[in-house]
Amino acid sequence: MNNKVKKFVPQLITLLAIILVFGFFTYNAQINMDNRGIEFGYGFLKQESSFDVQFSLIEYDGSHSYARAYFVGLLNTLLVSFIGIILSTVIGVIVGIARLSPNFLIKNTAAFYVEFFRNIPLLLQIFFWYFAALRALPLPQDAEAWFGSTYMTIKGYYVPLFVWNNLDVFLYSILAAIISILIIRSYAKKIQENEGKQLPVLYISLGLLLLLPLLSFAIGGVNLEIKTPVLKQLSATGFIFEPALSLPPELIALVLALSLYTATFIAECVRAGIQGVSKGQKEAAASIGLTPRQVLKLVIMPQALRIIIPPTTNQYLNLTKNSSLAAAIAYPDLVLVFAGTALMQTGRAIEIVSITMLTYLSISLAISALMNWYNKKIAIKEK
Amino acid sequence: MFKYLKQLTSLVAVVAVLFTFTTETMAAKKSKTLKNTQKKGFVRCGVSQGLPGFSNADASGNWTGVDVDVCRAVAAAVLGDANKVKFTPLSAKERFTALTSGEIDILSRNTTWTLSRDADIGLTFVGVNFYDGQGFMVRKSSGITSTSQFKNGISACTNIGTTTELNMRDFFNSRGISYEPVAFEKADEVVAAYDNGRCDTYTTDKSGLAAQRTKMKNPDEHIVLPETISKEPLGPVVRQGDSVWEDIVRWSLNTMIEAEEYGITSANADSMKTSENPAIKRLVGAEGELGAAFGLDNEWNLRIIKQVGNYGESYKRNIADTGILPDRGPNQLWTKGGILYVPPAR
Repeated sequence: MNNKVKKFVPQLITLLAIILVFGFFTYNAQINMDNRGIEFGYGFLKQESSFDVQFSLIEYDGSHSYARAYFVGLLNTLLVSFIGIILSTVIGVIVGIARLSPNFLIKNTAAFYVEFFRNIPLLLQIFFWYFAALRALPLPQDAEAWFGSTYMTIKGYYVPLFVWNNLDVFLYSILAAIISILIIRSYAKKIQENEGKQLPVLYISLGLLLLLPLLSFAIGGVNLEIKTPVLKQLSATGFIFEPALSLPPELIALVLALSLYTATFIAECVRAGIQGVSKGQKEAAASIGLTPRQVLKLVIMPQALRIIIPPTTNQYLNLTKNSSLAAAIAYPDLVLVFAGTALMQTGRAIEIVSITMLTYLSISLAISALMNWYNKKIAIKEK
Repeated sequence: MFKYLKQLTSLVAVVAVLFTFTTETMAAKKSKTLKNTQKKGFVRCGVSQGLPGFSNADASGNWTGVDVDVCRAVAAAVLGDANKVKFTPLSAKERFTALTSGEIDILSRNTTWTLSRDADIGLTFVGVNFYDGQGFMVRKSSGITSTSQFKNGISACTNIGTTTELNMRDFFNSRGISYEPVAFEKADEVVAAYDNGRCDTYTTDKSGLAAQRTKMKNPDEHIVLPETISKEPLGPVVRQGDSVWEDIVRWSLNTMIEAEEYGITSANADSMKTSENPAIKRLVGAEGELGAAFGLDNEWNLRIIKQVGNYGESYKRNIADTGILPDRGPNQLWTKGGILYVPPAR
């Protein structure tokens, strides 16, 4: 009994203290807002935003509401984070493995890259890529075509516009391909377990993924019209490309800076993971006749991943949060559009900042939930 | 000797109490901001992060500009020294929060007076120290000489969190022109992006365009188009709810403008004390009790004129002589064809 009270009382006091502190802040904010005639409420979200945004994944202009402007910013943040996470993982894994290469040149280039990029503040790198890009890239009228009909210019990367007919049939064909690949994989696994025979799953999968969409073109009535960008003159020296899909230089610079920066940390996680698997594992695997590729895939990587995943999750979270530095170079992310322009136009600082904080918290929790699920999946199954 | 010690201490105490009562006037008691300012010994003033002519710091950290002069005028009136100002550079986005949260007491940062800002978010605009309007800057080589030559797909660089963003939309929308807004948080990045060719045009208040043009690699390659697409009355802002402080800032600005009207300058202010004109005598503290209502002495306005100068002097020093906008345009006195007109100080 006595012991129970001893454990209970400090917790109760801590809880009370936290409630009191929060209560005090809320009360204080309320008093101050009353004094200055500021009202609190989320009704403004329904009002017309009356400002435009440079780049949006959903249909939006100033006649839409602040709530929609919020989603524009949110989606742009998610877009940068998503591309950044994929790119930084790819670079990180390659560099991490390269650091363990026996080749002197590869090993040291990778080490130099890691030390260089992780030791320069990210904001500086974002400015560097953005203004370096602005200085180095040609004006639209001077741009030369890349890969036939894409143009990298100071105003953005113009790619051809795809106009689809029967897009849904095409998407279904891809879905069908993926499902059949999954079925074949489980069938191949069964055969291997029962008969020890290995089917060329990779080639069959690639074949299916290519064949089915092609079939949809041939017999499904799918039609793709590609509109290549054509130079259009706005003034004596002002040009753009039309009609085209344009990736703004702000997005490109931001993705580049975030990926190159975060990849250095992921590379170190990967290196640590691989070095964390004891040498005996590799030797034992080799001694039972596995090929080097099989050793890596079946023995080393599954164990290394257990070490790699948790710290890499942190890096994904960092990248997502760092994407808020976008505001510095005019990429319309959540912070620029919502916590920037919308906050200024409405003056609702507390409401907007609280929504923004909650949003970043939710994104981070979602990413870490996903990564924890994956971590659990690859963890040692104890029976 | 010790016999009278008790009486002596109580006498000192009574005198001290009386003294505090007399120095702390009713106005000062009513105005928390004034009291805090006098206690701290400096005016806390929010300015821009660097806009030549309005608020700009030189290499040694000295702030100059017409917006800066408003804060200096208040410091001269309230503290007796125009240099007792602490300047806080703020981005467009931060400025109102800094003011409403009490980090600064005057926001003098080329801020447009609008209904929603005045009524909605706990701010009070005290006057106009610069009548401005939004315009566009383009490269001379583009051959554009009027906004009517703008075409679909034009990209426009600007700042976020300003009325500029809203006016720009109204302008392009009403003309049915599709455009790409590229909005940065800080003005320096806007200039750099436009200067490098990211945008076809740079839009903000015309005074801002004229000032920022001086920061370009080659200012002569750019022109400001003649059209003005909006009204932008810029002026100092205070927090809502302290009417005495509001009055002090308002009448500090008005004093500068009225001083110009009556030809009182920093050089001749002292000699104007013996003027025949009672309006002039009131403005230099030689007649009337104009400071009493604010809880200030009678020479508060004389100090403003002597230390900061009248509006014309401030304009000439900061905007005309620096080559930003030599022509005063609407910012001329009403007696000389402009629209500067302030209520009489009496």
